[in-house]
Amino acid sequence: MNTAIKFRNAYVLNSGFRLQWEKAQDSYVLLYPEGMVQLSFSASEVLLLCDGKNTAAEVITVLEEKFPDAEGLAVDVKEFLQEAIDNGWLE
Amino acid sequence: MAGSNKDNAKISLADSGRPLWLVSELSYRCPLQCSYCSNPVDFSRHKAELNTEQWVDVFKQARELGTVQLGFSGGEPAVRKDLEELIQEARAMGFYTNLITSMVGVSEARLGRILDSGIDHIQVSFQAADASLNDLIAGTECFEHKIKMCKAIKAAGLPMVLNVVIHKGNIDQIEQIIQFAEELDADYLELATAQYYGFALLNRDRLLPSRAQLTRAEKIAKQYQDSLAGKMKIFYIIPDYYEKKPKPCMHGWGKVFLTVAPDGTALPCHSARELPGIDFPNVVGNNLSDIWYESSAFNHFRGDHWMKETCRSCPEKDKDFGGCRCQAYLLAQDAEEADPACEKSPHHHLMEEAISASEAKPFGEGLIYRNSANSKLFLK
Repeated sequence: MNTAIKFRNAYVLNSGFRLQWEKAQDSYVLLYPEGMVQLSFSASEVLLLCDGKNTAAEVITVLEEKFPDAEGLAVDVKEFLQEAIDNGWLE
Repeated sequence: MAGSNKDNAKISLADSGRPLWLVSELSYRCPLQCSYCSNPVDFSRHKAELNTEQWVDVFKQARELGTVQLGFSGGEPAVRKDLEELIQEARAMGFYTNLITSMVGVSEARLGRILDSGIDHIQVSFQAADASLNDLIAGTECFEHKIKMCKAIKAAGLPMVLNVVIHKGNIDQIEQIIQFAEELDADYLELATAQYYGFALLNRDRLLPSRAQLTRAEKIAKQYQDSLAGKMKIFYIIPDYYEKKPKPCMHGWGKVFLTVAPDGTALPCHSARELPGIDFPNVVGNNLSDIWYESSAFNHFRGDHWMKETCRSCPEKDKDFGGCRCQAYLLAQDAEEADPACEKSPHHHLMEEAISASEAKPFGEGLIYRNSANSKLFLK
């Protein structure tokens, strides 16, 4: 079953998933077997940091430093990471 | 193997207008003889195949149009000796590469080379959960070999996707099929009910499951979808014949999907060449961008100008696009009719009649296998 996000865990894209910049769509997309998701700017910012080395807590810290004016960023990132885990994008 | 699940696309992007998906049918040659194959019944008429250079040129043009998903299909794509080279070229261009294969005729060494070429995903077809039924349906001995290949794919760290076309002959072992996939540690299992085009339509009476069979299978599939959530993803697709609403076939004509047949004919879906009166352009001598945006074939069923009254006044027309054009032609003899899968269609009774007709016929005896001898019977 799906698991809840842990801040000390370092997440990485699941096998078969690839994050890629698509010029034609002017955005990042997530590619997987026979499928594709077009990512919003903020979703791609989060996923680009999920390299299996940064912990979830570190991902939040890095983004807070990069976007100091964004309100409620930690909560948004946490929710998105949970969604990405539930969707099977991250492990 | 040629997928018979016309609507299992999992692209979640709404209407982009770009050919996000390119299906390259590298060859109609196939070592299997599945009686539900969706290849055109007269496939032996179309023997010509694009060469390596021509395929690579198609890939380049598609990538420029914004295509991201590339499927290698057929027939059996692995009959092409240049498969690895094509994968490598496509992968370098940034495609997500999908190989749709039966693995028949692929040795362990060859699989190693395919994996080295950078393939992103290999989907292996199974015909059943045991050797005797599997090999009977495939028309060749291949069950044990497929298992060995699946284990090698998994060991290489690729996602393992199994596809089993479901019909009257194997639907009652759906639970065994799911358990079999679980034992193989599959990541995805596609239980794709046969859709009735090509050879499948010829054999419909002997393939279409009964309502009782379908109800039971659906219940079991649902149970496992829940209990295996997060472990193995199960896609279960029921046949149109039991639907009340048509599927949004191919997400709309010329909207997302582009198929290139072995001989270079460009099609909005792999069955479309059965439609009469449409001149499908060839990638040899025509620019892919012109084919997609300008050709009369790809514009033929775009929008709703072509629709008959049943569809034109329907509030669902922007969701299902009138359903499948091939099915309308094959059953209602008019490609502009509403898909007979729709209960509003004046031809919906044809589907109900087909269900009744199939109940009297057992699976097995009388099946017309997909091979070139049988295909030649359809050459006019």
